[in-house]
Amino acid sequence: MSELSQWGLFLLIGAGTFAIRLSFIEFYGSLRIPPLLRRALLYVPASVLAALVMPAVVYPDRHAAFDWSNPQIPAAILAALVAWRTRSTLLTLVVGMGTLWALKYAYG
Amino acid sequence: MNYRSGTHAFMHGAHTASPLTTGVIPFGLIAGVTAAGMGMSPTTTMGMTLLFYSGSAQIAVLQMLQNGALPLTIVLTALVINLRFLMYSASLAPHLHHLPRRRTWPLSYLLADQVFALFSLRTVTGGLGRFAFPYYMGAAVTMWVGWNLAVLAGVFLGARIPEAWSLNFTIPLSFLALLIPGLRNAATLSAAVAGGSLAVLAIDLPYNLGMLAASLGGVIAGLVVEHLRKDLPAAQGSEAEQEAS
Repeated sequence: MSELSQWGLFLLIGAGTFAIRLSFIEFYGSLRIPPLLRRALLYVPASVLAALVMPAVVYPDRHAAFDWSNPQIPAAILAALVAWRTRSTLLTLVVGMGTLWALKYAYG
Repeated sequence: MNYRSGTHAFMHGAHTASPLTTGVIPFGLIAGVTAAGMGMSPTTTMGMTLLFYSGSAQIAVLQMLQNGALPLTIVLTALVINLRFLMYSASLAPHLHHLPRRRTWPLSYLLADQVFALFSLRTVTGGLGRFAFPYYMGAAVTMWVGWNLAVLAGVFLGARIPEAWSLNFTIPLSFLALLIPGLRNAATLSAAVAGGSLAVLAIDLPYNLGMLAASLGGVIAGLVVEHLRKDLPAAQGSEAEQEAS
């Protein structure tokens, strides 16, 4: 993607994000979220984040072939446990990267 | 707390937000390092950072650019990630909508997860009255400065980090750190499991379209499980709350 089209993409996302943030503050009283959408929005973060995480862990090189010896899988599982117990971003990153490096070193 | 002046409220907002900046520093570094590693120029990276002002959307877009996703998929995914701001906007509006546009537009641009959390805590414990705006801006500007400095630091670090460190893996790890604490009940867990598994199964769909389809599937799974559990008498009340913790 060229530099120019990249800027176009970023402008579009920036404008859209600003519109989402401004929405109800600008149109207070005349804008309402339908109840089903309000409930659906509750599940957006969990669903989107998981959809970003899982393929990136399972397919490190974007090759759609499952590989049990992929060290990212145990590293991600350990990191997930740490995130669950501690809720700390930093610890999650440290344990995840530490496990990955240790496994890569062990596999040679 | 009673404020003596707008400056006092602004300073107090900045003071309460400053410990929260440490939470966004790892994400800022990852965004900066990733962009530099892709060969994106510092100007483009900081332009992107200023335009988005949204860490998770920025990191996701960087990942999709690396994967060669379709531009339309990239825009849609970034905006879907940012849909949560719709709920923040709706819940802030009663306190801030009466302000003139020269104030509502900048404050909307600066709306972030931490700012929303701090501001809603303050409005629950008692109205801020005319100090709502300076308090909000104190917290929001602090987060904004912290975020931009973290990305900038990442940009300058990034060029020096060797490929062998597999720093790409920090991207899914940082999303895990955001995802896991949010899984509070069976419905959000189902949304995550469905979204994640569908994304893995749909990896062969071109241009990362599988990501969007999987996200939609996850949301539907969450709604279905929420609906099913409402029908079970045993799931009502405190039991449903406790189960997830």
